[in-house]
Amino acid sequence: MATEEAGSGLAIHPMDQFMVKPLFGNGPIEWYTPTNVTLWMGIVILVVVALLVLSTRRRAIVPSRGQSVAEMFYGFIHKMVEDVAGHEGLKFFPYVMTLFMFVFLSNMLGLIPMSFTTTSHIAVTAILALLVFLTVTLVGLYRKGIGFLAMFWVSSAPLILRPILAVIELISYFVRPLSHSVRLGGNMMAGHAVIKVFAGFAGAMGVASVVPIVAIAGVYGLETLVAAVQAYVFTILTCVYLRDAVGEAHH
Amino acid sequence: MEGELALLGKYIGAGLATIGLGGAGIGVGHIAGNFLSGALRNPSAAPGQMANLFVGIAFAEALGIFSFLIALLLMFAV
Repeated sequence: MATEEAGSGLAIHPMDQFMVKPLFGNGPIEWYTPTNVTLWMGIVILVVVALLVLSTRRRAIVPSRGQSVAEMFYGFIHKMVEDVAGHEGLKFFPYVMTLFMFVFLSNMLGLIPMSFTTTSHIAVTAILALLVFLTVTLVGLYRKGIGFLAMFWVSSAPLILRPILAVIELISYFVRPLSHSVRLGGNMMAGHAVIKVFAGFAGAMGVASVVPIVAIAGVYGLETLVAAVQAYVFTILTCVYLRDAVGEAHH
Repeated sequence: MEGELALLGKYIGAGLATIGLGGAGIGVGHIAGNFLSGALRNPSAAPGQMANLFVGIAFAEALGIFSFLIALLLMFAV
């Protein structure tokens, strides 16, 4: 049993993997400093471009493998936007598709060992969620005018309940960007931290470390599922919010 | 506040806040279980409700995530 109790618990700190480091040197991080976050965001965008633009350049009747994957993503998101946000919501299809590809590939590429998951930072997901929130609010106010506020006045409820429901609806509306961003960031961060915690056990248990290594393999499989599901959930919630802005009143 | 005592309170508070995640677990399990029992009664209607399932799970999960956020805030921000 190799016990390395170095004062403060685990030898591998589970949160170290989320450190933002500059790529070159050790200087302070300014807004223009290229960091590992910038690097991995760039890689994600390159992969998206390679998948969606380069692989569909030679559009064939019998699609190549890359083209099939790109068409599958396109069809999947197109159907989701049409089903959830309604026909009017299709104007926002490019935006939703961009969001989905970015989030999905950040999650997936983040699962490669030694890589960096940009979506595990709430700063990144908060910007994405705030953009969705602002888009929904501005588009809703632009398209429906003051009628957009009727969303908070639940006309199907008894009159006496409506003011109370209006307050609740208002709170839940403004909490949306918070829950939208923390759901994605928290899920990504928690999963990666769990894997690191198990890795810390593996380092400290000698022969018995087979157990945590098998557990890591299992958790890794689960994390792959979570990465896909969270990208899906982020996108479908964007569609649900867009329905409030562009669709007919659903109350 | 005294340093040691504040640290103690911080850690205990963060640990208590994670209990809220159990509520999210109950909620998500409830939704998934009810979906499954409904889907087994009428399997042909199940695929059309997948989007509703995920939206429901996401909303239930959001409230658990708030407690996780409180734990994070206590650990790293307070």
